[in-house]
Amino acid sequence: MQILIIVPAYNEEKNIIKVIESLKEQNHFWDILVINDCSEDDTSNVANSFGKAEVIDLCSNIGIGGAVQTGFKYAQKHNYDVSVQFDGDGQHIASEIPKLLKPILEKESDVVVGSRFLIKHEGYKSTSYRRFGIKIFQVINSILIRKKITDNTSGFRAYNKNAIEFLSKNYPADYPEPESIIILAKNGFSIKEVHTEMKRREEGKSSISGIKNFVYMVNVLLAILMNSIRQKIKIKKSI
Amino acid sequence: MNNFNTDKIQYFAIAGSIVFLLFVILLVRNKKIKEEYSVLWLFFGIVFLIISLWRDLLLLISSFIGIAYPPIAFILILIFSIFLILIQYSVIISNLKEKNKNLVQRLGLLEHEIKKLEDKTDKQ
Repeated sequence: MQILIIVPAYNEEKNIIKVIESLKEQNHFWDILVINDCSEDDTSNVANSFGKAEVIDLCSNIGIGGAVQTGFKYAQKHNYDVSVQFDGDGQHIASEIPKLLKPILEKESDVVVGSRFLIKHEGYKSTSYRRFGIKIFQVINSILIRKKITDNTSGFRAYNKNAIEFLSKNYPADYPEPESIIILAKNGFSIKEVHTEMKRREEGKSSISGIKNFVYMVNVLLAILMNSIRQKIKIKKSI
Repeated sequence: MNNFNTDKIQYFAIAGSIVFLLFVILLVRNKKIKEEYSVLWLFFGIVFLIISLWRDLLLLISSFIGIAYPPIAFILILIFSIFLILIQYSVIISNLKEKNKNLVQRLGLLEHEIKKLEDKTDKQ
């Protein structure tokens, strides 16, 4: 069983070492692949110098969706059975990965999403504005795919081989997290949420803030609705 | 004031349409525009040439769709043609963006592979 951890990173020179270190500390047999989305800082060298992760450098900034998709393409090419998406900014916790892997390894689900909101807890706090947005995604996505997904924007996920193959061709570029939930569900992939803890960002600021928040919401909702009226993509499942 | 010559505008419109069509044809001939992207320009160029040659056409169109003031029908056709061409651009740009993304990804994967191969040969 080959497992690939896909770490998209954009200007994360301050976080990336800690992220790779924490992933290796878990002492698992998984491989780590950092996708450097044309960072302006030293992310690539820092990640490379460590020697514990493979690093792919992209020559233009193509956004988180394109970066993660590069990881799926790599995973498919090198025949990985499972891949885990793990943010390069340090908000995901490496010791939580086994929780994501369990349903995949037990063939219970094609996709597993790590959710901050499945259980009420104190770990992850966010602004009320943000929580409102998350609630809207919850309601809309849940209606569209007829299954409750509590954390649509979570980028902490695990995928099995079929999902990797599918996403290497069809991963959305713009707002990949909520969009991919719709695309995957629509194309017959099973999605399961498990509760995972997440940290607040350690360095730097999240890419989403202020008035951008509103624009982000509108764009994501539009993308979600568009995806829901798209036709099912013809795919060959290998099993 | 009353002997205002409205034929004048017709000559200008015909000349303008012909110059426009020739300009587009020249650009296509010199490969500055690909044939497939010139279709809409040429089509609307011809439409405007027809409208300027056959003045009553505009009256027919405006009475058919219920416009009291015929020049508005002309403006409407103009705006419609610009919209159509702009939408075509959005399609083209989206297509290019997707292809560009695929290229960047492939390049990244290949560069990584080359580096791996180089490391391997260095060790031998």
